[in-house]
Amino acid sequence: MNRFPTWKYALIGVTIAAALLFTLPNFFGEAPAVQVSSNRATVKVDAALLGRLEQLLIAQQITTTGAILDLHGLRIRVADADTQLKAKDLIEKTLNPDPQNPEYVVALNLLSSSPSWLTAVHALPMYLGLDLRGGVHFLLQVDMQAALVKRLESFAGDLRTGLREKNIRHAGIAREGQTLRLRFRDAETRDKAMVTVGQLIPVLTLARRDDGQDFMIVATLKPEALKNEQDLAVKQNIVTLHRRVNQLGVAEPVIQQQGVDRIVVQLPGVQDPAKAKDILGRTATLEVRLVDEEAMRSGSSFNVDVFPERKRDGSVSAVPVKKQILVTGDQFIGASATFDNDHRPAVSVELNETAGRVMRQATRENLKHLMAIILIEKGKGEAISVATIQGEFGARFQITGSFTPTETSDLSLLIRAGSLAAPMEIIEERTVGPSLGKENIEKGFNATKWGFVAIVLFMSAYYTLFGVFSSIALGVNLLFLVALLSLLQATLTLPGIAAIALTLGMAIDANVLINERIREEVRGGQSPQAAIAAGYERAWGTILDSNVTTLIAGLALLIFGSGPVRGFAVVHCLGILTSIFSSVVVSRAIVNLAYGHRRKAGHLAIGDTGWK
Amino acid sequence: MEFFKIRRVIPFMRHALVFNVISLLTFLAAIFFLAHKGLHFSVEFTGGTLVEVSYKEAAKVEKIRETLEKAGLNGEVQNFGSSRDVLIRLPVVKGQSTADVSQKVTTLLKAEDATAEVRRVEFVGPQVGEELAEYGALALLVTAVGIVLYLWIRFEWRFGLAAIIANLHDVVIILGFFALFQWEFSLPVLAAVLAVLGYSVNESVVVFDRVRENFRKMRKASVPEVIDSAITGVISRTIITHGCTQAMVTTMLLFGGPALHYFALALTIGICFGIYSSVLVASPLVMWLGVDRTQFIRAPKKDPLEDKNEGAVV
Repeated sequence: MNRFPTWKYALIGVTIAAALLFTLPNFFGEAPAVQVSSNRATVKVDAALLGRLEQLLIAQQITTTGAILDLHGLRIRVADADTQLKAKDLIEKTLNPDPQNPEYVVALNLLSSSPSWLTAVHALPMYLGLDLRGGVHFLLQVDMQAALVKRLESFAGDLRTGLREKNIRHAGIAREGQTLRLRFRDAETRDKAMVTVGQLIPVLTLARRDDGQDFMIVATLKPEALKNEQDLAVKQNIVTLHRRVNQLGVAEPVIQQQGVDRIVVQLPGVQDPAKAKDILGRTATLEVRLVDEEAMRSGSSFNVDVFPERKRDGSVSAVPVKKQILVTGDQFIGASATFDNDHRPAVSVELNETAGRVMRQATRENLKHLMAIILIEKGKGEAISVATIQGEFGARFQITGSFTPTETSDLSLLIRAGSLAAPMEIIEERTVGPSLGKENIEKGFNATKWGFVAIVLFMSAYYTLFGVFSSIALGVNLLFLVALLSLLQATLTLPGIAAIALTLGMAIDANVLINERIREEVRGGQSPQAAIAAGYERAWGTILDSNVTTLIAGLALLIFGSGPVRGFAVVHCLGILTSIFSSVVVSRAIVNLAYGHRRKAGHLAIGDTGWK
Repeated sequence: MEFFKIRRVIPFMRHALVFNVISLLTFLAAIFFLAHKGLHFSVEFTGGTLVEVSYKEAAKVEKIRETLEKAGLNGEVQNFGSSRDVLIRLPVVKGQSTADVSQKVTTLLKAEDATAEVRRVEFVGPQVGEELAEYGALALLVTAVGIVLYLWIRFEWRFGLAAIIANLHDVVIILGFFALFQWEFSLPVLAAVLAVLGYSVNESVVVFDRVRENFRKMRKASVPEVIDSAITGVISRTIITHGCTQAMVTTMLLFGGPALHYFALALTIGICFGIYSSVLVASPLVMWLGVDRTQFIRAPKKDPLEDKNEGAVV
């Protein structure tokens, strides 16, 4: 009765082997590496670049021990920290000749030094949280009210222009809180305006209201448009943050939306939170200016600003532009990649009303002349588009050039990313120095190690051979847990390590239950084989019930917890699942292997059962 | 080896009233301290800034406090873990740009002593703090309801109710300790409290499981006798399991450093009171609530092994 079919042993064997495989990368540690990623949507990191850099490093007699090219960019592994710095400097100098205007992000990183066949099967070491490896965590709150106000203001401008064009006289358009109020002298004009407004801006809900003196239209954003605006504002801010973080040279930044209106920024390894804060909070702006063609021909730089323009072939040319700024970045409402009438890739942009009027006048007066769109960051400008004005236009126009569809989508991103859609505020910050991170790992590891040793010693002494079996099952549980965490790449934090320790301490409960039950059955006069079977069977219901109740608490923590609590809950829940398997199935397999195949088991080595 | 050679059933239920009175008194004391002193919430809940600074030599706490006060930063300064490490807690001040406080502190301390190394900064805005407190309470509620429902389905509503009362009483007692000694109540402590809730219920479940089994086996015994024999049957397992878990928690307390200190402390209290409450509070409660054999004889035949031991007492 205490025999498993062969397939069951095989299955357990395979599971353990797989767990070993996925745990393995954690033992190899990490080697220093240099990471290269693109700082611009238009600059690609590819195999050609890898070849170039490898040749460069060989020429300088810097030996590399491997390279990985993936979504994060290019990572080149080197032997030690000294070589890492040397290689980084060399690559930085070569790839970014102008340090003020870097095209690539070159960062120091750590790369798992596990053999490449392990990496190939996606066996990676556990992903350590910021409290273990050091770094900065910010939680930013996007000010939605401000974003909506900005949007409504721009609608107000559009409506003024739109109504004027249709010769509908209004007596004032004003924003009050989250609504727009349009006033009219008589009901007839208002009715006409209702139709026009509805056509101009379909995302508004319109209502008639009279206050005795004026006839009003009260306009509010439709709920779905409101949601859309909020999503857009957050997405745009994330794009902007990405661009800014790239300036910091962080190897693996995390920038994610959290909830409706929050953004998490995690910068592992950043030691200087002040600089990080400064860069995240910085404003980048766009400017539209006319190109001074006179100066372009003569090459003079008198009374013009000169900005570099990177051509598609990689060459850089200087673009002199007039001092007058037609439109600034905060006047851009939107930008999207599209195609023009001739099906050529183009970027369609939208300006607010004031800027639209300026553009209309400027384009009328400068037909067939060149116009430049300049992106200014940290006081450094770059012409991202130089194009000929093909016709008169206002608030909505298209930028065409010799773009590919990818480039237009990059450019529209760039235009949108130029400024934040809505102001943001840091509402949470966590900074952990690297020394504290190392200490945390060490302390967490030590606590788990000594606790584990204590339990193993006690179990082996108290339950003798069955205690050893239980200890092996507990070890397998730890193995499963680490393998699962590595496989899922769940973030391991200090509370997570505490959860590993606690889970192990609680997991032994199942084996104590089983062992006690077996002893009891033996004392009750059962034969050894029957006692084992009955012990496992009867303990099973209890083990299940007790683990389910623990799991309920774990899940509640997982759902409602944030930050450190979630780190704890993830490991805790996973640990409960692995412990059910290891303490019931794995330990049973070991017991079966030891006793199941004897015809007469004689005496069970489970400690003192002789008393009655 | 065998620690517990218990040859006869220990009459726990004879003293049920005493146990419940003791519980009630501890519970009331905990409530008193909670109301009177309140919890010492960490910045995670209240909002504020926390800066951990490490010095090469023993830190001069008084001087640091003075420096900060001169700059208009009034907060708590205390040693943390060792004499060289200092923890500075600054509350949220209305109308002050809170995100920059940590920066200001760092600059001030570095100017005073160049060896000052900032090890950790935590800043939490007041809105986040409120949310955390809210979610914490919600997690507690969901856990409690979830456990009652599960035990109701698996056992009987009396068991669910008794288990949750007994174990929420543990939670309140842990909180009472934190209020009495003004230990810092942080997010990891909240996690520990909820883990304890799940863990102690697990303890009650083990006892209840045996109560149910004994109701089926011991047809002629009275309710207190059934409960007594169930508790006696599992007492050895209870103490060994908790001993093992406590061994793990103790090593955490010893080696885990200051970051895990209160987490481990909350677990320690939780484990100690968990044993007491699940054995000596939950069981009498089930009895008072009127548990009866008739509630379990719906499934008379379950395990052929059980019949042989009919009427047997461990």
